Amino acid sequence: MSIIYALLFLLLAPVAGGLIAGIDRRITARMQGRVGPPILQAFYDLGKLFEKEKVVVTNSQNFYVLCYLVFIALSGALFFGGGDILLVIFAFTLAHVFLVLGAYASNSPYSHVGAERELIQLMACEPIIILAAVGMYMVTKSFYVADIAASNIPLIVFLPGLFAGFLYILTMKLRKSPFDLSTSHHAHQELVKGVTTEFSGPTLGCIEIAHWYEAIFLLGFVYLFFSWSPVIAVIAIIIIYVFEILIDNTFARVKWPLALKSSWLVTAVLGILNLAALYIIGGFLK
Amino acid sequence: MTYLSKSPWLLHYNASSCNGCDIEILACLTPMYDVERFGIINTGNPKHADIFVVTGSINEENKDVLVNLYEQIPDPKVVVAIGICAASGGVFRECYNVMGGIDKLIPVDVYVPGCAARPESIIDGIVKSLGILEEKRTAMVKGIPVKPEMNTAVREAGTE
Amino acid sequence: MDLLFFLILFPFIAAIVLLIIKSDNVRGAVVGVSALLIAAVSVWLLAAYATSGTVFFPVSPEPMGEMMFLIGMGIALFILYMGVRYKNYIAIALTIIQSALMVYFEFGISHGVVPENNFFVDQFTIIMALIIGVIGSLICVYAVSYMKDFHKHHPELKDRRRTFFFIMFIFLTAMFGLVFANNLAWLFFFWEITTLSSFLLIGYTQTDEAMKNSFLALNMNLLGGLAFAGALIWLASTGGGMELDKLIATGGIIALVPAVLISFAGITKSAQFPFSSWLVGAMIAPTPVSALLHSSTMVKAGVYVMVRFAPVLQGTTPGYMIALVGGFTFLLASAIAISQSNAKKVLAYSTIANLGLIVACAGIGTYEAIWAAILLIVFHAVSKSLLFLCVGTVEHQIGSRDIEDMNGLITRMPKVAVMMLIGMAGMFLAPFGMLISKWAAIRAFIDAPYGVIFVVILAFGSALTVFFWAKWMGRLISVPPPAEDAERRVSPTEWLVLSFLAGLMVLTTVLFPLISSYLVEPWLLTIYGHVTLLAQENVVIMLIMLFLLMVLPISMLYYRKDHRQVKPYMGGMTTTSRMHFTGSIGIDREVTLGNYYLESYFGEQKMSKIGIPLCVVLLAIMFAGVAVAGLMH
Repeated sequence: MSIIYALLFLLLAPVAGGLIAGIDRRITARMQGRVGPPILQAFYDLGKLFEKEKVVVTNSQNFYVLCYLVFIALSGALFFGGGDILLVIFAFTLAHVFLVLGAYASNSPYSHVGAERELIQLMACEPIIILAAVGMYMVTKSFYVADIAASNIPLIVFLPGLFAGFLYILTMKLRKSPFDLSTSHHAHQELVKGVTTEFSGPTLGCIEIAHWYEAIFLLGFVYLFFSWSPVIAVIAIIIIYVFEILIDNTFARVKWPLALKSSWLVTAVLGILNLAALYIIGGFLK
Repeated sequence: MTYLSKSPWLLHYNASSCNGCDIEILACLTPMYDVERFGIINTGNPKHADIFVVTGSINEENKDVLVNLYEQIPDPKVVVAIGICAASGGVFRECYNVMGGIDKLIPVDVYVPGCAARPESIIDGIVKSLGILEEKRTAMVKGIPVKPEMNTAVREAGTE
Repeated sequence: MDLLFFLILFPFIAAIVLLIIKSDNVRGAVVGVSALLIAAVSVWLLAAYATSGTVFFPVSPEPMGEMMFLIGMGIALFILYMGVRYKNYIAIALTIIQSALMVYFEFGISHGVVPENNFFVDQFTIIMALIIGVIGSLICVYAVSYMKDFHKHHPELKDRRRTFFFIMFIFLTAMFGLVFANNLAWLFFFWEITTLSSFLLIGYTQTDEAMKNSFLALNMNLLGGLAFAGALIWLASTGGGMELDKLIATGGIIALVPAVLISFAGITKSAQFPFSSWLVGAMIAPTPVSALLHSSTMVKAGVYVMVRFAPVLQGTTPGYMIALVGGFTFLLASAIAISQSNAKKVLAYSTIANLGLIVACAGIGTYEAIWAAILLIVFHAVSKSLLFLCVGTVEHQIGSRDIEDMNGLITRMPKVAVMMLIGMAGMFLAPFGMLISKWAAIRAFIDAPYGVIFVVILAFGSALTVFFWAKWMGRLISVPPPAEDAERRVSPTEWLVLSFLAGLMVLTTVLFPLISSYLVEPWLLTIYGHVTLLAQENVVIMLIMLFLLMVLPISMLYYRKDHRQVKPYMGGMTTTSRMHFTGSIGIDREVTLGNYYLESYFGEQKMSKIGIPLCVVLLAIMFAGVAVAGLMH
């Protein structure tokens, strides 16, 4: 059963991710008073990228992107296959390190800056993701995504702080303003394109697919907080995504020190308070 | 029919334009014209671009930059010269410090005249270039070199 | 029994031989053969005792105890002489106090205590012996060609290579003695030898800075030694007995007081805050010394004794304080590593950080935490030795140990760069060893009481770890303008050692389920009566990831062809093949890229200002806690 879910993820996540990207762009356009591109635009872009010439600065950069794609897909598949959530997070980090290495490989100023910023974002996001997983374990007594998803406990009630912290860094992971520091979908003129500067054609297409996988994985992570009721979970995911788009369109980009400090502060305050509360409640229940 | 024409990404370069045409290009991105309807995105990076949109004429300062950007765009690619300066040098044509239109250095596929070019004509020119992009793609798949040899004689003359 | 004696005595004999030999070639041969023998016997030890549980070896304490006492006094005299010669009064004072304690112990109180089982072997000892025997002796082999180059590069320094190799092998002897000793007085004897050897090795070059740093190391370790001597006196006067196994089995306050004192000694030896500065200062020594101190000996001795005493510390206030010292050291040292551009310093702080994690596990002391601690010891030893030796090789070839100068090493020294990448991946990436251990540590912490604090520390600490390793990796793999191939001059011995360690790194990752189920789990079973079982499917997934990492590089063959190469985007600027461009007013400029070091956030001074007082307070609470418990007893 778990393998079927994993395979379904591998097959369907790019489709769903592309659709979400298309809808995202449409909603963004409407928020700005524009008509916006077709819903399938993300797929047209992808198709276009694979029709382009293969241009590289150094051959090795493509290898790192391939690893990025493979490990993002693997971590998502592990997640939807119901695997150990900590292992999923570690594979996810590994994937991002490969993206950063790809950006470093080209020895280009713009992608170098992007790589450094991507690392800072990685450093900003990592703690709360781990703490969220730990919080889930403390409530459900299992690290397995399958068990957490099957649990009848409304996790969001027990983990509001961790959820808020996760939402905070979700903006970074979805590459939305104000935390689209390393690369972004808008603000194209700024920093050229950060980590993706030196990637073009099919390689850029691979990054795009990996990003779709990533988006679905992250929304899956949101789902876990609401998994006791799938209907509420889906509604919550929709609300949260629209909220992210709203934030994206109403905030200017911040500098990296603020991004790092604020996300660590949110993690430290909300995360630790939440875990401490859980610990005390756990003590009473015993 | 390929995806190229559904997702043209632009690289906009201001060679030595007076900003008149540039402001009109930006007008195309506004809600009024909203070129993203056609999947057009303004990228800041030649490596991601398909269409090279140039305003202004070339001179000693920017000629290397223009060629550098052109060479960094992956094939298939088209060049659209926006405004009369990019096409021929315009009113600056005879200036001692102006080399003329951008076609002296790189092959231009579509000329959009005007001073400044109107947003409608810019969009028209870019849509026209999509057909050429498709042709170049077909040629590329068949293995025919898509890049006409650059006019090296003119380049050398320009550098004198 | 014979194997034990061989491992303890043979390096000693080799050391003496090396002290006499003058010829370079003969020295190389002797080191090679001895290293091979030591490594082979360590493996033999594994084969002989892996399944036999804990085996004790009753050795009559009569001649040996006295001999050790005499040697110990000799060492004290030597340190006194050095202290007087270099006018280091702290060292003199510490030595006098310690000698007085030992004389009191030897003649005043130890006579009632006659330990029988003075040596022992169990699975944890075997793991340690393998680390010392295989990695330690490989480092010695590497040192042969390294030291030859070292003196070529530094003609101003006196060639004292005979002493150098003498001490290196003495170090191995001491480490073997330390892990085999069941008699705490004997363990302390070997402990003091490691202190002395590290002092001499750090001061090898005899420059002013080297002497200063070596005395710093000596004083901090003597302070720890003082605590250790205090533990021995407590044991002798309360009748706790000198045998490690019995003491741990007894538990209670009788064992807690020496456990805390010895853990304090362990904290000094494994360079936790506030004693971290000695290990950073030790970077002054030639690279093989750093590799030896960091990976297989010295600092590992500190955590070894703490892991031994973990069952006693489990659930006690002093135990928590020790764990907190370890936890904060992990966090702060990882942060400091971000701000360093000196490769050896980054490695030093990363060592301190990882030892902190081991100390935290030992202080928590549950069976899950100890499982994580032992795996951390194993994996850290392998990756750190590999990284140090790689940095040593690189330093000799490019003339710098600065990370910024290692830009594009992948084109200049491809093989060494790949090995370094493997070593670094081993330090922080899935599916390699250290990450498995961190994962285990998270699980262990959650289940421990008040463990949430440690989970938070670990979450932040590993984020910091990712940052400093990944940016270093980025420097290595960025493909810069063509430069000369600097790899040809690397000597074959260095190649041999480096490739062996890189292979060992991958091998331990593949074999870790076996290490766990044949050595660590049975050991935990005898100590705690429980074991952690690794979920089979997770092991499989880890192996799949490892497999992918090995297979994916094949894609390079595909990417090599059919791709048009262009220059990096420079805002339209034309660059030359060596990344020069014409800047404003026609000046020729070179593109240079540098990493972020975030000095203002994670600077050494800033972090130490937090870490040192914090850990001093924690240690004070630890002593207060044990004093209160002792008085109530």
